[in-house]
Amino acid sequence: MDNARKAHIFTPVTQYDTDIVIAGGGLNGLTMALALTAGGFAVTVVDPVKKKTRANAKFDGRSYALSIASKHVLTALGVWDQIADPQSILEIKVTDGRAGEAPSPLMLAFDHAEIEEGPMGFMVEDRRLRPALLAATKAAGITQLDGDSVAGSTAALSGITVQLGSGKSLNARLLIACDGKTSQIAQRAGIKRTGWNYDQTSLVCAIEHEKPHNSVAHQYFMPAGPLAILPLAGNRVSIVWTERSNNAAAIQAMGDADYLNVLAPRFGDFLGDIKLAGDRFTYPLALSIAERFVDDRLALVGDAAHAVHPIAGQGLNAGLKDIAALAEVLTDARRRGEDIGRADVLARYQRWRRFDTTALALATDTFNKLFSNDNSAIRLVRDLGLGITNAVPGLRRRFIREAAGLTGDLPRLARGKAL
Amino acid sequence: MTRRFYGANLTGPRMAKAAATTTDSAEIEKFQAMAAEWWDPNGKFKPLHMLNPCRLDYITSQIAAEFDRDLSAARPFEGLRILDIGCGGGLLSEPMARLGADVVGADAAERNIPVAQVHAEAQGLKIDYRHTTAEALVDAGETFDAILNMEVVEHVSDPLAFLTACHDLLKPGGLMTCSTINRNPKSFAMAIVGAEYVMRWLPKGTHEWSKFITPDELYGLLQQAGLDPVDRKGFVFNPIGWSWQLSAKDLSVNYVTTSLRR
Repeated sequence: MDNARKAHIFTPVTQYDTDIVIAGGGLNGLTMALALTAGGFAVTVVDPVKKKTRANAKFDGRSYALSIASKHVLTALGVWDQIADPQSILEIKVTDGRAGEAPSPLMLAFDHAEIEEGPMGFMVEDRRLRPALLAATKAAGITQLDGDSVAGSTAALSGITVQLGSGKSLNARLLIACDGKTSQIAQRAGIKRTGWNYDQTSLVCAIEHEKPHNSVAHQYFMPAGPLAILPLAGNRVSIVWTERSNNAAAIQAMGDADYLNVLAPRFGDFLGDIKLAGDRFTYPLALSIAERFVDDRLALVGDAAHAVHPIAGQGLNAGLKDIAALAEVLTDARRRGEDIGRADVLARYQRWRRFDTTALALATDTFNKLFSNDNSAIRLVRDLGLGITNAVPGLRRRFIREAAGLTGDLPRLARGKAL
Repeated sequence: MTRRFYGANLTGPRMAKAAATTTDSAEIEKFQAMAAEWWDPNGKFKPLHMLNPCRLDYITSQIAAEFDRDLSAARPFEGLRILDIGCGGGLLSEPMARLGADVVGADAAERNIPVAQVHAEAQGLKIDYRHTTAEALVDAGETFDAILNMEVVEHVSDPLAFLTACHDLLKPGGLMTCSTINRNPKSFAMAIVGAEYVMRWLPKGTHEWSKFITPDELYGLLQQAGLDPVDRKGFVFNPIGWSWQLSAKDLSVNYVTTSLRR
């Protein structure tokens, strides 16, 4: 260590502007802020996106399949009851399909009656979740600096000085990066990422349909990528439809009528007549995992730590588990008088979450490679796999609990308990 | 697992008698280097850092229960005067200060004092570190609401005299947590053969097995010193989670007690 750096780390930060700076005001950033506030910390959220933009209903057209564990986290933070129109998922049907053909007769069905916690999950629209989180952060009196960003930071023995794009700086004990899969903060900290791009893009839209969906979610595995039909409130479903990137671009460029004509044969007719119920969006797929989730007085959360293939809707669920785990580690550390930004405290968070998320990322990746394939041998194997899984109740129940987020060493918030 | 011993056996350069207030910057740099060593979670004192959360969980919950404090408050120990006897680099003193207590850290090893001081100052914490002993504090008429007497008693030559001094330092209604190592073949294997020779967690010769004390013996000594022992728990290492946990049943190696001055 050179002398200048040594002198710096021993220079005490004596005035703290806030305990923790959270970079990013998306779903993870806001939920992190709420969880830490519940744990007794003073937090400041720095969000490059203006609040006005975040509040715009058309800002993000996605819907999220939230696990039971995620619902527990949002309930414990007082957000769940404020979310309009959550739609229960009572059953999930997984089918191997090919455009224009009848689905394979071997089908995997997951039913909520097989677990005691009730529905298997919930569909929540981004335009409903975002305002609920913004309102809760406002009600909690959380300081939000919107339209500003974290430009750099310097860690010392007693704290971290965070420089903002506006020229301001904040003294805190810890910086949490919720700045997404291209996290500039992680890059500046020299944290490398492993991952790759898929030549796949998800087309996302909401559809209005004639017949009721009966709270059933469908997942078809098509050669180009999976097609998910996820129930929303009323006679509406959210479609997440994955295609090779060049095809996706061509489809996205079509007019609404042509777009529906391409979608309809993939979709089948079990919901009757369909029409678009909102804007269309595209999201390129990529897998990206940070080699470390922590650095000097820094923790990465959500996509900044691990952006997974959104095949099972596990991205936000994994982020909410990170939040519950980090909030618990930090709250426990504070209650025993530990310095919350110390390396051994942050290492507890990394130990808790890194294995879990890496395993999830690799599993979803393998799943995608196995299913986005038209090789007839592979197709036969996976059809048999689906059939066998379906026929063995214990195995199926295990999958359901996994999808509901009810396996593993769950943080207190994810069990519906207070911090 | 001893803080006092570590302090007395650091093989660094000999410290001059000056405290951290000295103007000699080369000296301060030495103290800073030693503080960095004390506080490196993966360094020389790694076993102590691993045990620390578990020790702190025990200490904070006992103090909170006795003095009716809410640990979720910002500074729950505000107004409490706490003595950390055998404070070493300040691994327990700093958390107590952060929880709002008024902390005196005492160590018989002189060189630990400036080291603990530079680290506390860098943390922006005010802690009264002193090169002194329990007996000298009694003579000075000092009193405390709580005493942290952790991994010290197995290293003193006259445990009863030491515990009696601790009793005299407690205010009526005061509390002392006291941890040490049990004396049985398992603790011999774990603390001496395991920790000192196999894992090399501790320097060889750290412990003298004959000085280890069984929980019943410690209860007896505490009572003879005039204290009322009210709780005992084991510190058990969990190799799966690679962390220490409190156990109500297993006191076979490391254990901790709470006693009160009525």
